[in-house]
Amino acid sequence: MARAWVFGDNVDTDQIIAGRYLVKLDPRELAKHVMEAADPKFASKVRKGDVIIAGRNFGCGSSRERAPLALKTAGISAIVAESFARIFYRNAINRGLPVLTCAGVRRRFKTGDKVRVDMLGGKVHNLSTSGTFKVEPLPDFILTILRAGGLLPYLKRSVGKASR
Amino acid sequence: MTIAEKILARASGRKRVSSGDIVEGSIDVAMTHDIEGPMVVEGLRELGTKKVWDPNKIVVVFDHQVPANSIDAALNHIMLREFAIKQKIPDFYDLFEGICHAVLPEKGFALPGRLIVGTDSHTTTYGAFGCFATGIGSTDMVAVFTRGELWFRVPESVRMTIEGRLPKRVMSKDLILKIIGEVGADGETYRSVEFVGAGMRNIDMAGRMTMCNMGVEMGAKAAIVPSDGLTTRYLKGRARGSYKPVYADRDAAYVEERSFDVKKLEPQVARPYSVDNVGPVSEVEGIEIDQAFLGSCTNGRFEDLVEAAKIVNGRQISKRVRMLVVPASREVYLKALDRGILAIFAKAGALVEAPSCAACMGGHVGILAPGEVCISASNRNFRGRMGSPKGKIYLASPTTVAASALKGKITDPRDL
Repeated sequence: MARAWVFGDNVDTDQIIAGRYLVKLDPRELAKHVMEAADPKFASKVRKGDVIIAGRNFGCGSSRERAPLALKTAGISAIVAESFARIFYRNAINRGLPVLTCAGVRRRFKTGDKVRVDMLGGKVHNLSTSGTFKVEPLPDFILTILRAGGLLPYLKRSVGKASR
Repeated sequence: MTIAEKILARASGRKRVSSGDIVEGSIDVAMTHDIEGPMVVEGLRELGTKKVWDPNKIVVVFDHQVPANSIDAALNHIMLREFAIKQKIPDFYDLFEGICHAVLPEKGFALPGRLIVGTDSHTTTYGAFGCFATGIGSTDMVAVFTRGELWFRVPESVRMTIEGRLPKRVMSKDLILKIIGEVGADGETYRSVEFVGAGMRNIDMAGRMTMCNMGVEMGAKAAIVPSDGLTTRYLKGRARGSYKPVYADRDAAYVEERSFDVKKLEPQVARPYSVDNVGPVSEVEGIEIDQAFLGSCTNGRFEDLVEAAKIVNGRQISKRVRMLVVPASREVYLKALDRGILAIFAKAGALVEAPSCAACMGGHVGILAPGEVCISASNRNFRGRMGSPKGKIYLASPTTVAASALKGKITDPRDL
């Protein structure tokens, strides 16, 4: 069962993956240090499928695409936040990591709560408190990219189709 | 239409666009550097792109980890260097040219009306020349290198009117910090901010670049100064090709208007750990510092070094402080060398380093230990930005950094 990891406002890209690790290209190396400045224990405790719940302006700062890449590689299956910074939002979608906007979501969860994200139904459920909260719907073309697993897999597939 | 709308309309072959429209824009200049560049190369391989769409529109700059400080960095350099050579990219600047956001304007790529993308959030810097410039990730850049186009949501525009002339030793950095403090770190998310008004005519190109550079620290997608005589003068002998200035229409739609009078502006400082945690220097005066950093794409230009040198000249840096002075580019370095500016810093006890992102990168030089404090002319004071998550960064102008380095504690530059 997916668990929630709750963070506050303005979780910046240096907290997600610090500059000194950007020399690494192997996503597994990055995942070892993900969220280190925000919670040093996060990388060792996060499990596949877990969900990040956060406040405003998640991912502010750098255009480093290793930020969503590190989160996804560490096992994070979705991020539900009150708002996202622009470049991070786009990078996450391009890497096939669902990013969902939900007003007031930060106060609806605490770390460790059981969580289920229903992307198509536009809802996030807190199974520990039996709460259900609406997320802003994603446009179809973004859902298509997410379903393909990111922009590159999507482009590869559409190029493949075009040449057939 | 606003400036952003006009540029995106032109780039997408439409007569008009308005905020909220999704358009496919032709890219005029695409920049990548040694941090995201290797990821772009990997992505191009994955996608099967053998040749980039137009090598003449691509600029590759090594600036973050130069010279290489680890085997991994050296290997990344080789990967990107081989790519640039194989793709015959004429504007490949290996590790001696400087920070991308100093180099592109110097080499005449930042031109009024252009649509520019870079794999760096501070790509907004080029907006100082009246163009639309924004940061993107490496996967989006793979799409650009392959097809020369990218989708954009046309942003809402905001107009910030600047009045007055900055007082002595107060710089455009203080103004942009004041603005970010007022609107917040996400205050202008996804928007295009236009800096206009009589006050902007008193701010030189270096100062305008500082302001547009930090536009992203309030979430902006682009920050734009309409071009004027100062722009034309800077571009003379530099511009790559002809250009046509773009101005907003009289009836352009802005979702927000703000005005700032800088006549009585005080030096500003952003306290840890967010860029919008801003107050006048008087609120933090006396905080002891371990490091003072003068450099970065925000404040490593010649004009910045000159203002700081006026304060440092003939004095000694506090024994408890290590001051790093890192010119933003080779051009800046040479000019500062010729005019004796670098000597002023070296004689005062500062370390003068070769052009690079240096301490702002947090993985190369000038790394902080737990508990250490740095006053920095750079752009971000996030937790762990400059090394230990327990280090502290105070962001300030070059003059405040210089004054603080002399005294060993955060100091109002007007007192010296």
